[in-house]
Amino acid sequence: MRRFLSLFLAFLCLFSFLPLTLGSAEIPVDDAGYYQKFKGQNVSINVYNWGEYMSVNDPDVLDVKKEFEALTGIQVNYSTFASNEELYAKMKSGAADYDIIIPSDYMIARMIEEDMIEPLDFSLIPNTKYIDEDFLNMDYDPDNAYSVPYTWGVVGIVYNRTMVDENDPIDSWEILWDEKYLGQILMFDNSRDAFAIAMKKLGYSLNTTDEKEIREATEELKKQKPVVQAYVMDEIFDKMGGGEAVFAPYYAGDALTMMSENEDLAFSIPKEGTNRFVDAICIPKGAKNREAAHMFINFLQEPQIALANCEYIGYSTPNTGAFALLDDETRNNPVAYPPADVLAKTESFKNLPKAANKLMDECWTQIKSVGAQVNPWMMPALLLGCIALSAAITIYRRIRRGRDGMF
Amino acid sequence: MKSKMISLPYLIWMLVFTIVPLGLVVFFAFTTPEGQFTLDNLTNAGQYISVLLRSIWLALIATAICLLIAYPLSYILSRMHVNRQRTFIMLVMLPMWINFLLRTYAWMTLLENNGLINRFFGLFGLGPFNLINTEGAVVLGMVYNYLPFMILPLYSILTKIDNSLIEAAQDLGAPSRKVFAKVVIPMSMPGITTGITMVFVPAISTFIISRMLGGGSNLLIGDLIDLQFLGNAYNPNLGAAISLVLMVLILLFMSIVNQFDDERTEGMLL
Repeated sequence: MRRFLSLFLAFLCLFSFLPLTLGSAEIPVDDAGYYQKFKGQNVSINVYNWGEYMSVNDPDVLDVKKEFEALTGIQVNYSTFASNEELYAKMKSGAADYDIIIPSDYMIARMIEEDMIEPLDFSLIPNTKYIDEDFLNMDYDPDNAYSVPYTWGVVGIVYNRTMVDENDPIDSWEILWDEKYLGQILMFDNSRDAFAIAMKKLGYSLNTTDEKEIREATEELKKQKPVVQAYVMDEIFDKMGGGEAVFAPYYAGDALTMMSENEDLAFSIPKEGTNRFVDAICIPKGAKNREAAHMFINFLQEPQIALANCEYIGYSTPNTGAFALLDDETRNNPVAYPPADVLAKTESFKNLPKAANKLMDECWTQIKSVGAQVNPWMMPALLLGCIALSAAITIYRRIRRGRDGMF
Repeated sequence: MKSKMISLPYLIWMLVFTIVPLGLVVFFAFTTPEGQFTLDNLTNAGQYISVLLRSIWLALIATAICLLIAYPLSYILSRMHVNRQRTFIMLVMLPMWINFLLRTYAWMTLLENNGLINRFFGLFGLGPFNLINTEGAVVLGMVYNYLPFMILPLYSILTKIDNSLIEAAQDLGAPSRKVFAKVVIPMSMPGITTGITMVFVPAISTFIISRMLGGGSNLLIGDLIDLQFLGNAYNPNLGAAISLVLMVLILLFMSIVNQFDDERTEGMLL
């Protein structure tokens, strides 16, 4: 990571000299004329992205937002979300006004299904030519009409080499159920990722909608709960970095970040197969400045810009232009760019039907709350009882106060 | 008439941001996503009763601990010299200058198996103790975060108690325990009830404390509501139903607590 940074600084220094000679073009783009259309028109776009998911607001790296603004004159209002579900809830509430969103695969599928995103006009995104063909026509967007891939990666097991038994091969999800590591295993704190692991362990598809298979996975996860130390998401960085746990399933890009901070950590992709996730750029329905948004998407696919983002985020890039610019070490890193035989066993999330989603969430709450079965009418009864008791007390007080007043 | 005009901005504020949203919560709690009336949300909420009971239980414990710690402290504070009072109240407020989330995060690093506390015990060959990811850690987080909300109302009511009243009771021959039970406690009742409400209500609905310190496996009612809105299934109707149950519970709790707040002392409340 540090090496990238210094490389970057070198780039930055280089580019900071260029303006003196070349005018405003700081980043080499394919077709500078294309970006001139909105110059001086006071156009702005609202970009909604994951936190820490674009090379912006950091003085040490190339600022993608500023570069775009300088190049096109379009103002970018950048804001961030923490999860796909948060993005979805916000879009669904109707209070959102975004021109660019970057959801993950299954969320894109759901949004396409619910008519929440706009088909793209690929004639306005000439840089699509840089996208690796592997990432076109993916399951979540089979006609490749709605999204342009931004980053990708696989889910695997991050583990601490110094804390595992040398004889244990770390090549299977089974290890996350191993009682030998009681209380030293971290687990995803979101239902979809957690279920995906249980499904893969059982040998099912991670997009299964079969109730029996979901229930079976639920049982697996319940069985796993006693050995799990905690259900966490971003806290994993802290806990794995500090040697608090031995195993944690997580995303490859983040694993690389963790490994650069703690030398003892390693990453393994289980043999049962895993999830390959893709985050892609979309334009939501009702976007105000669609053409400017297309321009931004195109800009993000400029090899130099995609490279800057890829190095800042640490996730893998689907952009062949950026990939070619990467150094050999990164390009051959099996964590970031796993070999073809590993990738062949991966699967991407699709959107599940409502019923399956609901069942999964219910089971998830069950797993996490380990509650005994109770009468479903208990809650309404409790509610009514509370109201009645509260009213009775108020009335009692009134009466007493009235009586006091008489004297 | 004039005083009504002055309260108008707040009334509008309350209408738009309190009454209307409350109405919406009730509406969502009793409707399907398509907008038809249903009781299903409430009956579905019923399966989470164990989570609800745990939340009530943990919040009650946290409130009791807060009261036990805060009352003697506030009493001692209120009898101090004014200048020293100011310093100590500053110290009570000091943690609140730091962001709530950050403070809870700090507890995480303290309580972990490789955390500072366990490392300290390790010096003496003890432990490591399993501190984090337990219900105890959740209660600790609640007590730590909400203690100032208990101390401040108690302190402000206790400073208002006239020392001559206590002296009068002593003059009349009451032993100090009786003075405390018959004079100090009844007169500080409004402070106690305010303090209890201000600790219990946020404690029962918290979700971040249980997520960070409870390891995600000590699910509380707040987490459950969060899960309905930001979870995979996105079920705002169920979320609204659970919120409604929680609201009614708090309402009930407050009316019970207010019961202890004798009307003779009313108006002394903050």
